Amino acid sequence: MTAALTFRNLTLGYDRHPVVHHLEAEIVEGSLTAVVGPNGAGKSTLLKGVIGTLAPLEGRIALGGINRDDIAYLPQQSDIDRSFPISVRDLVAMGLWREIGPFGRLRPPHRDRVAAAVSAVGLTGFEDRPIGALSGGQMQRVLFARLLLQEARLVLLDEPFTAIDARTMADLLGVVRRWHGEGRTVLAVLHDFETVRAHFPETLMLARELVAHGPTAEVLTAENQFRARTMAEAPDPDADVCERGAA
Amino acid sequence: MIWDAVIQPFADFGFMRRALLGCVAISLGATPVGVFLMLRRMSLTGDAMAHAILPGAAVGYLVAGLSLGAMTIGGMIAGMAVALLSGFVTRATALREDASLAAFYLISLALGVLIVSTRGSNVDLMHVLFGTVLALDDAALILLCSLASLSVVTLALLFRPLVLECADPQLLRSVSGLSAVTHFVFLALVVISLVGSFQALGTLMAVGIMILPAAAARFWATGIGGLLIAAVAVAILASLSGLLLSYHYSLPSGPAIILVAGLAYGVSLVFGPAGGLVARALPRRHLEA
Repeated sequence: MTAALTFRNLTLGYDRHPVVHHLEAEIVEGSLTAVVGPNGAGKSTLLKGVIGTLAPLEGRIALGGINRDDIAYLPQQSDIDRSFPISVRDLVAMGLWREIGPFGRLRPPHRDRVAAAVSAVGLTGFEDRPIGALSGGQMQRVLFARLLLQEARLVLLDEPFTAIDARTMADLLGVVRRWHGEGRTVLAVLHDFETVRAHFPETLMLARELVAHGPTAEVLTAENQFRARTMAEAPDPDADVCERGAA
Repeated sequence: MIWDAVIQPFADFGFMRRALLGCVAISLGATPVGVFLMLRRMSLTGDAMAHAILPGAAVGYLVAGLSLGAMTIGGMIAGMAVALLSGFVTRATALREDASLAAFYLISLALGVLIVSTRGSNVDLMHVLFGTVLALDDAALILLCSLASLSVVTLALLFRPLVLECADPQLLRSVSGLSAVTHFVFLALVVISLVGSFQALGTLMAVGIMILPAAAARFWATGIGGLLIAAVAVAILASLSGLLLSYHYSLPSGPAIILVAGLAYGVSLVFGPAGGLVARALPRRHLEA
């Protein structure tokens, strides 16, 4: 059981105010983990730390033998310009970047894989549509198709099922299960405990500090949920410098 | 009739042929850059950069007189300096790109006007601001065509990262380190396009041949390839008609070209099939599925 991700005394935050505070945890390679916690608990911040867009204020994140470009990330709010004139097929094909790079040709096997990914998320027939003509759920399917093509060893999903209908969610959960079956490590920020209980074996509960981490049934207890809810959310402008772990 | 109106001026006069060649080169090199400026919502950035190259051109003029090479190199240095400085400020501080660029280009513009007005005559200032497309010499044409070729080749090499940087910058940042490179090379292309065009059309008009055809193309094509082709076609047609209008009616050629491009934009705005006013007002019956 090797660790795909190790958080060592990890503190992440903005303007010196911690959002994730002294986190110690290990994410096992090939595990399917839900990250839960109240709003402002540091869930998205943790993912940003993992992909490296946010440098730790203290401590570190160790990637267990995974390269930076072996991480696929689905942000909570994507920066995608929906008015950009690009088709579903072309946007999905961007997931092949690691293989074809800036100059490589899109060969027939690549095209077949793009078609397969589009079909896997149930969007066959939409290939030539401009992305501006898609619904929110369809756009999310497009992004999942692109994640499929990235074939990353570590997949980070930030609230992938928010504002998504039941059928789309079932289809996309199928994709997540497929990744899990292929031995990829998946870390997903989620809010719906029913979904977590039904589909995610591991859970990491965060409320700025680590509340609990382990098998889902042991983490999602009433007591843990109460502890998470009582977390103080607002940053304190008069807070003292944190000395914990500074030794 | 058509011979007299369209062919004769170019057949009879070398300066008209040179002007046409220069404008076609600009259309091929600079207009595609304008399409990407528009797609990245940086249409006004082009205008800002055009002002930014003024002091460089002015210093070049002070050092070497009305020398094309010196003014071009000066303009390029000033443009790159503003692009790099504002890019650096955007990435290193809390100031957003629009504000940092505005700050630097205004400083640059004030410096340029100061230099030109203390040392040069008003005629020189007019040359730099409005260009002299009917007086392109060999050196100017070679420079113009070289810069246009450089721009086309760079765009071809940069095409995929640039499209990705426009459509989904987050993905580009996560899969490769090319995001910053793409951004700066693109800004360099903007400067090259402007410097290449300002000799012919002037610093202020140079942006017109980049943005107006791109905006017009938006009403004719929906894909990126179609946009590029439509924009270049509009730019070449505007150059040809603008030059002829300026010849037949003794109008200044730079503004004539840009106004024809503006006319093309107006026509596209009304009659363009891709979201034009008429297409919006007279929708066809919707389909079954």
